[in-house]
Amino acid sequence: MSNLNRRNFMRVGGALAAALLSAGILTNTAFAADTSTAKVMTTGLAVTDTTVKVGILHSATGTMAISETGSIQAEKLAIEQINAMGGILGRKIEVIQEDGASDWPTFAEKAKKLLASDKVAAVMGCWTSASRKAALPVFEKENGLLFYPTFYEGLEQSKNVFYTGQEATQQILAGLDWIAKEKKAKTFYLIGSDYIWPRTSMKIARKHIEQHLHGSVVGEEYIALGDTQFGSVINKIKLKKPDVIYAAVVGGSNVAWFKQLNAAGLNSTKQTMLTISVTEDEVLGIGGENLAGFYSAMKYFQSQDNPENKKFVTAFKAKYGEKSVIGDVTQAAYLGPWLYKAAVERAGSFDVDKVQAALPGYVFKDAPEGSVTVEKNHHLTTKLRIGQWGKDGQAKVVYTSGYIKPDPFPKGYQ
Amino acid sequence: MFGYSMADIGNIMVMQGFSGLSMFTVLLLMALGLAIIFGQMGVINMAHGEFMTIGAYTTVMLSKVATTYGFVNYYFVFAIILAFILAFALGYFIEFIMIRHLYKRPLDTLLATWGLSLVMQQSFRSTFGAKEVSAELPEWMLGSFKPTPDIDIPINGVFVMILALLVTAGVYMFMYRSRWGLRVRATVQNRVMAGAVGINTQKVDRVTFALGCGIAGIAGAAFTTIASTGPTTGTLYIVDSFMVVVFGGAASLMGTIASAFGIAQAQSILQFFMTSSMGKVSTLLVIVGILMMKPEGLFASKLRK
Repeated sequence: MSNLNRRNFMRVGGALAAALLSAGILTNTAFAADTSTAKVMTTGLAVTDTTVKVGILHSATGTMAISETGSIQAEKLAIEQINAMGGILGRKIEVIQEDGASDWPTFAEKAKKLLASDKVAAVMGCWTSASRKAALPVFEKENGLLFYPTFYEGLEQSKNVFYTGQEATQQILAGLDWIAKEKKAKTFYLIGSDYIWPRTSMKIARKHIEQHLHGSVVGEEYIALGDTQFGSVINKIKLKKPDVIYAAVVGGSNVAWFKQLNAAGLNSTKQTMLTISVTEDEVLGIGGENLAGFYSAMKYFQSQDNPENKKFVTAFKAKYGEKSVIGDVTQAAYLGPWLYKAAVERAGSFDVDKVQAALPGYVFKDAPEGSVTVEKNHHLTTKLRIGQWGKDGQAKVVYTSGYIKPDPFPKGYQ
Repeated sequence: MFGYSMADIGNIMVMQGFSGLSMFTVLLLMALGLAIIFGQMGVINMAHGEFMTIGAYTTVMLSKVATTYGFVNYYFVFAIILAFILAFALGYFIEFIMIRHLYKRPLDTLLATWGLSLVMQQSFRSTFGAKEVSAELPEWMLGSFKPTPDIDIPINGVFVMILALLVTAGVYMFMYRSRWGLRVRATVQNRVMAGAVGINTQKVDRVTFALGCGIAGIAGAAFTTIASTGPTTGTLYIVDSFMVVVFGGAASLMGTIASAFGIAQAQSILQFFMTSSMGKVSTLLVIVGILMMKPEGLFASKLRK
């Protein structure tokens, strides 16, 4: 249906309604099964006959730009593809992009601007837990809709947020089970950066290792964010000789950690390591040669060879260059706009309450990572994959778990 | 002892000793440029970290050229020289357009150089992209040197160590054995008098600032072997650099060396026996304690203008 037609239809419809009203016989069925704006949007959102405004809220500047750039790119790609298919309920998505600038209060401020003054119908955004926690009260107060892409520590659930990345137990438990079985690992050394995500993750990991795998944790260590000196820590590891190093080091420290580990002679021929903080994005900085042979536990790797993923990788590279890479979070960010489209279509409405009620239960079969299901707790049921890194910076998937239900408030792990 | 064999403990002690020395040379290289600028000119250069980043990006870019033309094995020498030249030139320019107008206003230099650091970070991001990149390292610089099967000495650590010693020796020669150094020291001791005897103090300032920036460039190039390169890499180093300079006292090269050595050893040993964060906290507490007793730092100058 072209725009002109719809406008004419509206005009005629309007005139007809007026006529019927004057005749006193207007019934509710007069506008049934159409997608006129008055019907699909009743809460003052920025939806017109031809467009719907959607916000993107990530850090394009500041420290976090390193990580969030990939998410912005993926979300824009998905929106472009959706628009090429005709948009959502016949409406093209118009993007309003705001910069959170790696500063958490700024995220709250910009979220407020997007929701209260731009009236966007949904927001794709936030990356760190800190930024999400800062913006969350705004989304709840303004009754907005947020699609959040990062794997995170769990312990949260909001009716205004859909979490397209994994929560901690999905990423941790199956990975530990695999490495304990595959490598007959009994002793673990836990190391992470010093903030909420690694600390929560390690707490879950320790409980699982001690109670379910009957192994032991021989060291648990947290590195100040941005620290680049690992000499002493590496020597401690050499003394303790753990079967597995379980690592969640992030940011600039991550690069220093792997470079120094390798320089100290602890490469994959001598030491097994499973990390939950290295995706293809991080490998660019670390260098494949420093990582070769180590394992990552993620729900997605760029090298997956299912047709949906091949299509996604080709489209991504066509838009952002042959050298661009896709990490776990980038793929999760790509799901956001698609899930939103599906939710609106299931609801037949852009109204937030209807959209959020319509999404749980939806099975997204064509996701690049493979089919995912949206659960009632607004997280996704996904698989977990273990990838082994090669020198070229790509991971070979060596293990794929069954579907794992999200459990953001795990009993017995808190 | 604690269930470990004597051989194990011996090996660890050797490696731990090296790791302490290695951290010392890293801190020294970080702080040297800053110490020169702060000590000789009283200017606090908040953009010091970003001058290191210039050196790091120079190395990364040159490593790309080197891979294309096949001289990966020895490009690093050129990278270090080029990093120095570029950072020196930019420092020279910045002094000319910005710093020299602010000499009598130390707090304003603080703010201005901090602003400069933000501008530089965003320029890196716009030029090279937000993602971290990695320099292609020559084969000989990877891995470790093994005097015995159980001892690993990181080769990149040895490399940084040698470089730090060379640069320190170079700075020493420049400051205390050259005509230029004489002029710098004269200007520090008495600017008016130095001007009166015919020293061009403005030029001295400009060269001193540029030299400090150039050394930061060298440090940045060297650190590509141990850490990351991204737009905000500089911020990882700036706190440690300041800690070394403030603790050492602004006046002398000896202060910087002693302070880098003390902090590195304390941190390295404490981090071995405690957790990493606690080691760092304890080191900082000791520094705070000492600075409360000696506010001027370890080696205070007796003559300041």
